[in-house]
Amino acid sequence: MGNRTIKVDYLARVEGEGAFKVVVRDGKVQEAELRIFEPPRFFEAFLRGRSIDELSDIVARICGICPVAYQMSAVHAVENALGITVDGPLRELRRLLYCGEWIESHVLHVTMLHAPDFLGYQGGIDMARDHGEAVRRGLALKKAGNDILTLLGGREIHPINVRVGGFYRAPRRRELAPLAETLKRARDQALETLRWVAGFDFPDRERDYTFVSLRHPDEYPFNEGHIVSNRGLDIAAADYDDHFGEIHVAHSTALQSRMTDGGAYLVGPLARYSLNFDKLSPAVQQAAREAGLGEVCRNPYQSIVVRAVEALHAVEEALRIIADYQEPERPAMAIEPAAGVGFAATEAPRGMLWHRYVLNGDGTIAEARIVPPTSQNQACIEEDLTSFIGGFLDLPDEALQHRCEQTVRNYDPCISCATHFLRLDVDRG
Amino acid sequence: MARGEKKPRLAVWKFASCDGCQLSLLDCEDELLAVAGALDVAYFPEATRAEISGTYDLSLVEGSVTTAHDAERIQEVRRRSKFLVTIGACATAGGIQALRNFADVKEYTSVVYARPDYIETLATSTPIAEHVAVDFELRGCPISKRQLLEVVSAYLAGRRPVTPPHSTCIECKLKGNVCVMVAHGTPCLGPATHAGCGALCPSYDRGCYGCFGPMESPNAVSLSRRLQDLGMDAAALKRVYRSFNAGASAFRKESERHGK
Ligand code: SF4
Repeated sequence: MGNRTIKVDYLARVEGEGAFKVVVRDGKVQEAELRIFEPPRFFEAFLRGRSIDELSDIVARICGICPVAYQMSAVHAVENALGITVDGPLRELRRLLYCGEWIESHVLHVTMLHAPDFLGYQGGIDMARDHGEAVRRGLALKKAGNDILTLLGGREIHPINVRVGGFYRAPRRRELAPLAETLKRARDQALETLRWVAGFDFPDRERDYTFVSLRHPDEYPFNEGHIVSNRGLDIAAADYDDHFGEIHVAHSTALQSRMTDGGAYLVGPLARYSLNFDKLSPAVQQAAREAGLGEVCRNPYQSIVVRAVEALHAVEEALRIIADYQEPERPAMAIEPAAGVGFAATEAPRGMLWHRYVLNGDGTIAEARIVPPTSQNQACIEEDLTSFIGGFLDLPDEALQHRCEQTVRNYDPCISCATHFLRLDVDRG
Repeated sequence: MARGEKKPRLAVWKFASCDGCQLSLLDCEDELLAVAGALDVAYFPEATRAEISGTYDLSLVEGSVTTAHDAERIQEVRRRSKFLVTIGACATAGGIQALRNFADVKEYTSVVYARPDYIETLATSTPIAEHVAVDFELRGCPISKRQLLEVVSAYLAGRRPVTPPHSTCIECKLKGNVCVMVAHGTPCLGPATHAGCGALCPSYDRGCYGCFGPMESPNAVSLSRRLQDLGMDAAALKRVYRSFNAGASAFRKESERHGK
């Protein structure tokens, strides 16, 4: 038992193609490696020469699960370069669209991809045989998120209504009314989902992470805010390069991000929650406390609970936006192409997503750089495997492998995104 | 269905893609459990770690071929699949990643990666049908959920799926949309684009950008003339045909008329 190798060549229930390997020597984890073998698609290369009018449609195709995140970071970065700020109802509509994606993406992961790890199933579909009600409730909640995307964006995957400056068509107030009815039911479903996952057994493991997320003076972050950490970092998106760097590791078609001092950091639900608890509504704070969470959560196995809290928050926020919505005069602000450099970070469901573009005067893109959440989390995922798996070595191989997979799935890794930008092997000798 | 009765086996495969098309299946929230009741989900790594080896009755293939390893893997997928359906623009036309077909992939690698020597990739992104026989193709980036369910129901009923090959314009007319090109002078690829989305973009006051790829025998030359009249220059015309279906022959040829 002292020497073992756990290898998973094709990690299931994650988005994209990844694998991992954990090597155990003399009863200690010697090496943990997450490998991304998803073939590269070269977005940053072929974006050069494309028009800013096409940008949000193209970057959406980096990821089928979080296209809105790509669209949002892209349009905000271009607007930053052009010196314009989208405000009022258009800003609210962008937040509403993001609510839809958070709900759809989080609930897919919570119910169909991650819960089976806690309850001992291969996937959500076979879990449905014994937990039919929970799965059906999750699917209905996920659908409410997709209903937002469909109404506002035209379709669930790769919405067609987002542009620099706003939207192609803004919804009428009366179009949003039926959505509010769906979301009221979704609020109960989100609360029940939160109570359901709060009852799972969580391995008692914590690490002192460096959490990084956006922080906004008035809101739980989606589209805007400063990049902050629990170690005193507080910077604008434009200063990202001074504090973070990407390295290209040999086992990956992904690049790994680190702080410039070389340290790993964590983005996503755990970081967002721990850095922004005070920005949640009192009702959501209360629900989180009843689910057993403190104001800071350092146990990555509880990320499933935090995702359920964030799904509840997104439902509430969507309801608020719809209730206050005033139809904008025009669906988009006028745009004048100009040369410049723009930066933006927004909060994708899996964490901070940073974009930088250099624009030509004719409205085309000269340079593009994209740093997705999963490449930022890759180093943390490997460190979790190294720190935690040593405590589970009494498990037989099959159960240990499952535990390793669960540890990776804590991050809801999105591998298509990470490519440019993830594969498990456990080697016990 | 009684236990032990043999249900057809479903497999879902991924090649170079964004996962959006296979996610469409999980997005069928109302039908997913019924589909799982009618078919054995034998291989679908995005949804389950369970894996039944052997052969599959219905294989859905997402993504394009961009690595030597994938070029071999698709042969294996074909051998093990009785009925193989490609789902989406990546699998049927090479996807947005086929933009490399017009460029130098070495230069692309050096732009994105610090260590291009770590990256193994082919110079081209090619559709599945260039490698193996395909039994049915579903268009779209992403595919339509409705059409995906039609493929599954048709398969279960033993009939051919119905996915009309006419243009997006027909869908617009059926929906009673006002033509964005005629009424607002908005450039639109609808007249040359394969139906399936339900004329989504025009319904949101924008022009179609061709994500379902070319319809059967489109008149792209005459469409381009119209787009030119609306103010698109050669660079814009080249770009408009060169997106998610850049590798589809009708769009590729038309883009090449407007620049290399
Ligand atoms: S066709 Fe479009 S939606 Fe489907 S996998 Fe390819 S990029 Fe994603």
